[in-house]
Amino acid sequence: MAASLSHASYSATFTSSASKTTVSLPSRFSPSFNVSTFSPFTVKPLNSTFNPHAQRAITTIMHATSAPSSIPSDTSTKTFHGLCYVVGDNIDTDQIIPAEYLTLVPSNPAEYEKLGSYALIGLPSSYATRFIEPNESKTKYTIVIGGANFGCGSSREHAPVALGAAGAKAVVAESYARIFFRNSVATGEVYPLESEVRICEECRTGDVVTIELGESRLINHTTGKEYKLKPIGDAGPVIEAGGIFAYARKTGMIPS
Amino acid sequence: MASSLVSPSPISSFITNKKDLGFSAFPSTSQIAIQKCKKQVSKKIVSVMAPQQSERKPATTGSVKTGMTMTEKILARASEKPQLTPGDNVWVNVDILMTHDVCGPGSIGIFKKEFGENAKVWDREKVVIIPDHYIFTSDERANRNVDILRDFCTEQNIKYFYDIKDLGNFKANPDYKGVCHVALAQEGHCRPGEVLLGTDSHTCTAGAFGQFATGIGNTDAGFVLGTGKLLLKVPPTLRFVMDGEMPPYLLAKDLILQIIGEISVAGATYKSMEFVGTTVESLNMEERMTLCNMVVEAGGKNGVVPADSTTFKYLEDKTSLPYEPVYSDAQASFLSEYRFDVSKLEPLVAKPHSPDNRALARECKDVKIDRVYIGSCTGGKTEDFLAAAKLFLASGKKVKVPTFLVPATQKVWLDLYTLPVPGSGGKTMSQIFEEAGCDTPASPSCGACLGGPKDTYARMNEPKVCVSTTNRNFPGRMGHKEGEIYLASPYTAAASALTGYVTDPREFLQ
Repeated sequence: MAASLSHASYSATFTSSASKTTVSLPSRFSPSFNVSTFSPFTVKPLNSTFNPHAQRAITTIMHATSAPSSIPSDTSTKTFHGLCYVVGDNIDTDQIIPAEYLTLVPSNPAEYEKLGSYALIGLPSSYATRFIEPNESKTKYTIVIGGANFGCGSSREHAPVALGAAGAKAVVAESYARIFFRNSVATGEVYPLESEVRICEECRTGDVVTIELGESRLINHTTGKEYKLKPIGDAGPVIEAGGIFAYARKTGMIPS
Repeated sequence: MASSLVSPSPISSFITNKKDLGFSAFPSTSQIAIQKCKKQVSKKIVSVMAPQQSERKPATTGSVKTGMTMTEKILARASEKPQLTPGDNVWVNVDILMTHDVCGPGSIGIFKKEFGENAKVWDREKVVIIPDHYIFTSDERANRNVDILRDFCTEQNIKYFYDIKDLGNFKANPDYKGVCHVALAQEGHCRPGEVLLGTDSHTCTAGAFGQFATGIGNTDAGFVLGTGKLLLKVPPTLRFVMDGEMPPYLLAKDLILQIIGEISVAGATYKSMEFVGTTVESLNMEERMTLCNMVVEAGGKNGVVPADSTTFKYLEDKTSLPYEPVYSDAQASFLSEYRFDVSKLEPLVAKPHSPDNRALARECKDVKIDRVYIGSCTGGKTEDFLAAAKLFLASGKKVKVPTFLVPATQKVWLDLYTLPVPGSGGKTMSQIFEEAGCDTPASPSCGACLGGPKDTYARMNEPKVCVSTTNRNFPGRMGHKEGEIYLASPYTAAASALTGYVTDPREFLQ
């Protein structure tokens, strides 16, 4: 996402939310949002960015023309380690975050935390072990392992936000519903990784797992098995940066 | 070009025997085929859909411009490119961005954070803000969220904000509409050939107008608010050809339940669903909206119905903005094509707990139910209530279970009380509903379709069995996790209310 934002359009400077200076922006952004003339890196069309079936591992080196910030150019050293929580197929957004909690606004920090405390509370009682213990507000599971069509149903961004706010770092599913996948990347809340086989049938809640992002590999220490994951591709750096806006600023697409 | 044929999950109803193609969409040849095949083929109808076919791609040379589907054409125009192929990522100019009370505050928060506290939206006439989800509730946060929308609209001078202040009396709010997807259509914001994005999965409803409409999250919406553009990937198209005269006991809801049951809840993931054929052409706009509404339940990115005289007539008194419809080229490439003969279909339900858990309504006649819910963008439009009223009228009996009626918008509510029902001797729908013993039509909103705050009207707070004209029946959808929801058409819902069991509407309509 956000591969080729033109420098020309963002002629004003943005404040970061930390510094509370008010910004004098032009009353309206330049309507001619010209994207065809500028792209910050040698671009092939980002065919794999939102394509969960992308097979090739794409490493793109960001050439930030003016921003001096150091940008991690790949995710080869990133790992996640911890307990996994296993769910089945078609886990829809109502199970991830039931509708009654949608009055909580994710961009409000206190309500963001509260959303996290309700993550996966909608799972039926057949899930005896809950994602978050009754009196807790964070999860002890770093990784959620799912089946097919994870995140189906509503477009509510509250779903990946709740998982991320609860403390999950990644979801490994057989496949995703498109809006959930897109929202995960845009918010940078969780890595939506894809397995090549039905890991959900071979792992159990509480297993200790490690995910090596660069190697696209999941290791289940409890069973001793290893699994190949599909490479996260161009979506990786976006999530790493903290979502599309953060990524755009980090790579110099939006001056900051 | 998308060249791989998507193979569906093994579905036993797909015919592989070439002879059975007689049951497909071509009436004249099928007659002959049936007679020839009578001796060899079993008399039981195994499927009413021909096997999916992939069209042969036209040969391409570097300079030949290949045909595009409707969706590809709309995105091409919106991205100012002459030619697009499925898989292309393109920056698209957005014509309308819609948001509501659940996702609006979050989108606004992101917009302000990323573009600045004093930033202005890209076009104050292209943002349509419609509170509809959690309105008639005493939940403070829900009420606060509507206030957040109001503050933003005032500050930004948003042209289209369908505000509500008096929660005790919806009629006292002249601007308030109700369910966003129905309001968008009724207020003339849906136009052929355009791109409409909304922070709601059922934004795909607007595809009924021959436009590209899909749901996005808060972050994407925040981005659009600032720039008026979004990076989208061009989806390949699945084509659904429905021919034949619509039987009097079937509604568009049955058609889409048929399709979702066929291809599964992930059968159209990342794809566009195009609905064509004589049956589709015979549907009115609200029925087409129902068809496109549940595209997301199959995982679909967007749904489209080609614009025609029905569309133009509907839009006549609703919008004065110019629009230009687009149509799929004859040589366009479709990923797969499904054909079916509508006359062979029967009323359906989607059993708990998945929209693709398809079953014949008549095969569920032993399922005792506790309540019926008629409402939502899927099944709470004027046409939906008209259908329910027709069935109640035909039966003349009273309902055996609590029957909740939640009109989608103020306009629908008004229609219930003013439109005469054909064949009733001048009765209105509300009169027929009252005589049948239904609950009084409630304040228009999304209501209990998605549960909502605990005090939402008709919310399922205990485990119950409900036949509903809504769009999803995953666990907990209407409130209680152990609730059992049977998705159905308004005809089937009304019939079930009369018997207290899941009931095929043919029991009352013939």
